[in-house]
This record gives sequence, structure tokens and C-alpha cells, in this order.
Amino acid sequence: MDQLLALLPYEFVQNAIAAGFVIAIVSGVVSGFVVARNMSFAVHALAELGFTGSAGFLLLHLSPVLGLLFGSAITAVFIGTLGVRARGRDVVVGVVMAFGLGLGVLFITLYKGYANQAFAILFGTITGVSRGDVFLLVAIGAATLIALAVVYRPLVFATVDPEVAEARGVPVGALAVVFLLIMAAAVAEAIQVVGVLLILTLLITPGAAAERLTPRPGRAIAYSVAIALFCTLGGILLSLITNAPVSVFVTSLSFGCYLLARFAIGPRRRELRALPARAETSAAVAREAPRTG
Amino acid sequence: MREGPAVRFERVTLSYGARSIWSDLSLDIAPGTFVAILGPNGSGKTSLLRAILGLVAPSAGRIEVVGRAPRRGDPEIGYVPQHSSFDPELPFRGRDLVRLGIDGHRWGIARPDRAANASVARALADVEAQAYADAPIGRLSGGEQQRLRIAQALVGNPRILLCDEPLANLDLRYQQTITDLIAGWRDRTGGTVLFVTHDVNPVLRVVDQVLFVVNGRWAAGTPDEVLRSDKMSELYGSHVDVVRVHGRILVVGESTESGFNIEEPHHQPAVVVDHGDAP
Repeated sequence: MDQLLALLPYEFVQNAIAAGFVIAIVSGVVSGFVVARNMSFAVHALAELGFTGSAGFLLLHLSPVLGLLFGSAITAVFIGTLGVRARGRDVVVGVVMAFGLGLGVLFITLYKGYANQAFAILFGTITGVSRGDVFLLVAIGAATLIALAVVYRPLVFATVDPEVAEARGVPVGALAVVFLLIMAAAVAEAIQVVGVLLILTLLITPGAAAERLTPRPGRAIAYSVAIALFCTLGGILLSLITNAPVSVFVTSLSFGCYLLARFAIGPRRRELRALPARAETSAAVAREAPRTG
Repeated sequence: MREGPAVRFERVTLSYGARSIWSDLSLDIAPGTFVAILGPNGSGKTSLLRAILGLVAPSAGRIEVVGRAPRRGDPEIGYVPQHSSFDPELPFRGRDLVRLGIDGHRWGIARPDRAANASVARALADVEAQAYADAPIGRLSGGEQQRLRIAQALVGNPRILLCDEPLANLDLRYQQTITDLIAGWRDRTGGTVLFVTHDVNPVLRVVDQVLFVVNGRWAAGTPDEVLRSDKMSELYGSHVDVVRVHGRILVVGESTESGFNIEEPHHQPAVVVDHGDAP
């Protein structure tokens, strides 16, 4: 604890914590939708092509953070427009991802700077963000959250009940593209903490853990944000103490949260059991439990 | 307005690509009518509902919904889609599904709204779904989910209810329950029901009109007018018998070497072999 307090005055520590805070909130909200819409593969593609964008921007001596955003946003548009009408959207994702990642390899090869720039994008570098990056990340995060707030209700409708949503006039296809762009921004943010290769730990795991804790949609988002905050800030602090990379701790903490939610806390929550039909069976289970225990 | 037809088809032709699904359909559906839309798979029953919802435009002719051209998101229409299941882990309750029927299409985040909560509670009570309205929706049975879908379709007080195979995947007891719920709504509110089904028997007691579509042709009228051997043979263009057994109607094709000469509209053996329903 003393160690931590001693670190707090350093600007790089403050930057990391401020950026981590915003990134975790965005990741928590978005991961709830990623899980409900079953889009893990798309998240991965956006991240890998964010890497390509970032490598390309480095080559041109531009901001790698903006490069990430650029790469993943272009990919979002490609997947959205090529894949919206196709039945096998995964196939389109795979096709675009393979080509884009190839480009990324080329850019990194051409880049004469330090190889650890590439390492940072792949595995996260939150303790290295500058004050300027923090402002950029806060701006991107705020814009993402505002966009999500605007489309929130119809996006929920289109996610859980697309047929009726379409009949009620919700632009389901356009929302799919809008959500891909929101995901692209969230990916560009989360990469700062955990990197391209570990992106799913912030964009899947919090949502996946939260849905094991409550059947209420609003509360699930709140739990997801809380878990993302815990893992991100906890990961940053542990990394500062131990000097090991942030992503090691974020991935461990988020996996721990998932296991706890799934096997320890979730199964005890009464509101998660379907009511009357299962009321008898769960009562029977409860009656049998002491006998075995 | 109440005097005009709830739904009017004027020489409507619907095509999917170059293929015409059905053509030259003219029909007035009076308010308060319960219409069963029948026909084999792929005969365009769902497309007919989508045309009324304004999701597909007819290639010829005119459709009117309460006197107006169909438009997407028409609040006069409630819609119960074909059965699709929910992920068992989805953090979503029946109560939330019904709420979407009130303002799910609006932009922004829903604010706490007492009037909306009261409407949801009333809609849940109307379909007797209060007991499981707070459970995760993906863990409910098909029949329970169907009740919630009906509550969602009716919570906005529409004048027309479109149902796409609402009895599919339900056992006989639940088929009756769902039919009674929908017919009860019709009786209570004077609303109009368009009910797509491959089997007319579960709804025979409450149906006023049937619309039978086969191979681009159609026939409409009361069940007794349409579900006759001569009418059905004409429609299918081959010999078809309509048989009435134990108060049930079966449309049966001739057997040929390659099977049957028609794809029979009902393909559930439970309809033919009826255990213990009739005395």
C-alpha cells in the first residue's frame, strides 16, 4: 500500500489510472452487447486490423492510437456492409481479417522504429500512455458512450428480438453497422490496456460474467462495468507493484471474476432460476442437497 | 374509420426476385375478424404478413391497413413472429420483452415510467404470465415464451394482431390456451386477427374466415366455403380430399408412386391421431 501511495504522484501512473477508468467503463458496456449478439470473432477481427492501422500510422509518423481507431473502424464498415446481408457473417469477418493482418505484418516490417512499439500494441501498454493520449482516449470513450446512449433502446430490441424490432420500425441492419463502429472504438480503447491479442478479456469476459449474476438487462450492464473497472484498475495497480505487464493481471482477474460468477455466485441467485415450473425441481434439489452433503 | 376494412388487398401480387409468390389477391378483412391464413410451406404466408407490416412492397396492386398504405412500425399492428428461442443466459426477463412493445423502438435510454410499468403489468396479467415475468426469458418453456410474446404484441393496444405460426412447437394443451388468449383479445377489443398456421384445427372454433394460399393461387371465405374437396382440388390443381373426422378437418392428397400429389398443409401426426381430446 505504501508502495502504491508513493507511486501516485507520478504522472505516468495518473495517466494510466485515468485512461484505465474510461476504458473500463466503455468496455463494460460494450461487452454486454458483444456477448448478447455473439460477436467474439468480430471483436478479434477489429482488434487485429486495429493493429494494422496502428502499424500503418506509425510508419507515417502519426498517432498509433488514432491508427488503431482508423483500422478497426474501416474493418467495422467492411464487415457491416459486406456481411449484413450474408448468412455466414463469420466468413466475411475471416476473409477481411486475414488480408488486413497481412498488411499489418508488412507495415511492421517496413517500420524502422523500435520493435517494442509493435509489442506494446499486441500486449498492451497502459503505463506508457502520454497525457495527450489520455485526452484522446477520454474523448473517444465519451463519444462512444454518447453514441451507445442514443441507440441503446433500439439496439437492445434489435439484439434480443430482431424480428419484432424490424416490424416495429427499428432499422435493424443500420444498427448492426452502428454497433460495429461502436465496437471499433471500444476495441481501440481496450487495446491500450490489454493489447490486440488479449482484447477478449475486456470485451467478452465482463459481459459473460455479468449475465451469470442477474436476469435484469440494466443491472447486467452495471455489473459488467463494475467487473471491467475492477480488472482494469486492479491490473494496473498490480502491474505497478510487481513490474509485470498489465495484461497478465487483467486477464487473470477477469477470468477469476468469470469463474466466481459462473460457479460460485450465479448458481445461488434465486432470481436466475425460472419460476413456477422449476420451483418444484429446485425445491427437490434443495431437499436432496443436505443428504449428499 | 371503424367501418372500413381493417386490412384490404386490392389485386395484390407479391414477388420474390423473379418468382411470383402469389398473384391478384383481392380481399377485405372486416374489423373483429379472425382470419386463419393456411397453405403448405413456402406458399408465402409469412410474406403476406411482411407485406402488411410494410417490410416488403407488393409488385402490383395495393394494400391498405386501417385505410392507409402499410408503413414500418405502424402502432396499429401487433406482431407475434415465428418461434425463435432465446439464449438461456441472456440477461433479459419477460417483463423487459413486454416493455419493448411499448417504447423499444424509441431512441435513447428508457427512463423509469410508472404508466409504462402499469401497462406492462396489465399486459402480463391478461396473458397470466405474472408468475414467471421476472425469470430469465431463455429458461422459460415455449408456451410461456409465447404468452409473453402475445403480451408484447398487445401491450401497445393495436387494432390488428398478426401471428406467424404461434402454435408451432406447442403441445395440444398449450395450443388451446394460446388460441383462447388471442380469441379472447379479439372478443374483448373488437380487434382483427391474422393468424398464419399450417393446421387450421386448433383454431377452428374461433375462425371466421380462412385464406388458403397454394402455388400462387388463393381462396378465401368461411372454413365451410373454402375447406371443401372441390375447392381444394381446384386450388391444388390435382385431386385432393377434404375429410372431416371427429370435428377436425384434414386436407389429404392422393398417394402416388413418389409420395403424395400435394404437400399437405398439416404435417403433424398428432393432428391425424388424436388421443383423448374428443369424447
